[in-house]
Amino acid sequence: MRAFQILIDGFAISALYALGATGFTLIFGVSGVLNLSHGAIMVAAAVAAWAAASVLGVGTYAGALIGVGVALLAAFATYFAVVKPIQDSRRIPNEEREIFVLTGTLLWGIMIQELIAYFFTNNAKTVLPIVEGVVDVLGVRTPKNEIFTAIVCCLVIALLWLLVNRTRTGKAVLAASMNPRGVTLLGLELTNIYIVVWGIYGILAGIAGVLLGMFLGVSSYSVGPLTASAFSIVVLGGLGSVSGSLIAAFVVGYLETLTAYLVSPAYRTIPALLLLVFVMYIRPQGLLGRR
Amino acid sequence: MAGFFTSRLFFVSLALVIVAATLPLYVSGYVLGLLTVAFYFGVFAMAWDLLFGFAGEVNFGPTFLIGVGAYTAGILNAQFGWSVYLCIVLGALASVIAGLVLALPALRVRGPYFGLTTLVAVLMLQNFIVVFADLTGGEIGLTIPDVITINAGANYWIALGFMTISAAILYGLSQSPVGLVLQASGQDPVQAGALGFNIVKHKLAAFIVSAFFSGLSGALLVFYFGTASVGTVVDVAVGVNVIVSAVLGGRRTVLGAALGAIFLIVAGEFLRPTGELATFIVSAVALLVVLFFPGGFLGAALSREARS
Repeated sequence: MRAFQILIDGFAISALYALGATGFTLIFGVSGVLNLSHGAIMVAAAVAAWAAASVLGVGTYAGALIGVGVALLAAFATYFAVVKPIQDSRRIPNEEREIFVLTGTLLWGIMIQELIAYFFTNNAKTVLPIVEGVVDVLGVRTPKNEIFTAIVCCLVIALLWLLVNRTRTGKAVLAASMNPRGVTLLGLELTNIYIVVWGIYGILAGIAGVLLGMFLGVSSYSVGPLTASAFSIVVLGGLGSVSGSLIAAFVVGYLETLTAYLVSPAYRTIPALLLLVFVMYIRPQGLLGRR
Repeated sequence: MAGFFTSRLFFVSLALVIVAATLPLYVSGYVLGLLTVAFYFGVFAMAWDLLFGFAGEVNFGPTFLIGVGAYTAGILNAQFGWSVYLCIVLGALASVIAGLVLALPALRVRGPYFGLTTLVAVLMLQNFIVVFADLTGGEIGLTIPDVITINAGANYWIALGFMTISAAILYGLSQSPVGLVLQASGQDPVQAGALGFNIVKHKLAAFIVSAFFSGLSGALLVFYFGTASVGTVVDVAVGVNVIVSAVLGGRRTVLGAALGAIFLIVAGEFLRPTGELATFIVSAVALLVVLFFPGGFLGAALSREARS
């Protein structure tokens, strides 16, 4: 009984983590950018969906769409206002670009977080779920919303897989992650590929944020922990490896759920952190990473 | 090095320190209290700059070193009633040990991977403090019975003196041959190693020095506040402030980091009337500096001097 509960809850949380981390790892793989405003973009999506549905009353579906749209805009803003100027700047030495992107996106994330706190307060907000009610799965009373979350996450990840592996644009993205210079030699504009990737990222982060808002609720305080969890999942799986992140998301998700149910919810993040440190020592490039 | 004592930077710093030392004679205790905290923060930022600017190690967890020093000193004083000075020294030593622990992964992994390890170290420390709440005071914070002094002027002079001495040592170190080797090994470890320098030894030394000053400053700060809490010395947000200070002031300048820290804390106070927007404005200014003056305040000033 409890085993099934852990299995079901763990799956939903893991799927959500996977969706959140996929966009993050995609950007790193293609353009080498670690976007530390990730958590802020997810929370912005959730809060926008909440505001649209609960305050303006446009309905749950339109609210969710607005949330994803806001995340898309925020992702483009991050790219054009912060990341691109740093990448193009001639005054920043090449070997330090990484730390500048990290600092820049971190500050950008704090700005988004503070704006959300200013206009919508720090209170936790729960987005109205699209499907309501409870259903009995293997003897466990499960909210339908939890099943919906898991299904949407899996569908979106499958769509992403199709997009990357089966379409021309996707193949260009894949090629850019392998060899950016080779792609430019083939006559493809690298900036266009980056824009596509940031767009995909925005949509993924938006969906993940809105689902998170329906499933667990968010507040401006969740920004830091969300970024940290995406970062650790991605490093655990190997930076830039999408399949690695998927595996890592499930490892972390189940580890947290197991700890929360069997030991104490207060300790839920500790085993995952220990595992991360352990993996870094024996396999610094992560589970499926290339050096 | 000899050229430094005749350089403009030296005279400007000397004049600034002298002016700062006379402040208790004519400003209020409130301003002194603010600057006292800013000076301790300045040492955090300079210690961080030594690791990042020179050793090339992206340390996302400056608060791991600070927090270990601060909490060790605080716990020893609160639980065993040992004297303040002994606790401060032991806090700094505990921080050095923490620095060695942090150095172990640094010798194996690089760049973002190391950055994440340091971030995890902070989160672990935070969890540890909450789990062992009996010892550490948990989320509420640890109340410390003793303080160094309650005189605002004396506290201010201690902080100023401590920051000046730390700045002199850290800056001297960064300009010494050791500092140059460190810089070389941060930029290209393979080539620096091929030139016959022992990179491992130099990096370990950088971690020890950085940890020592972070821990010492953290311990002093705790005895100034009379309390140690996650929100003031461990939280990731505190670490972010340290990093932003160093980048704002100009990385790889050491002294700039202290300027950045003082600016950040004073600006935060000036913007207090704007309420919740204060952090937003400070972050926005910091982002603009990062985008348009990547060298930071001091970096921009120094390069203009070099050009003229």
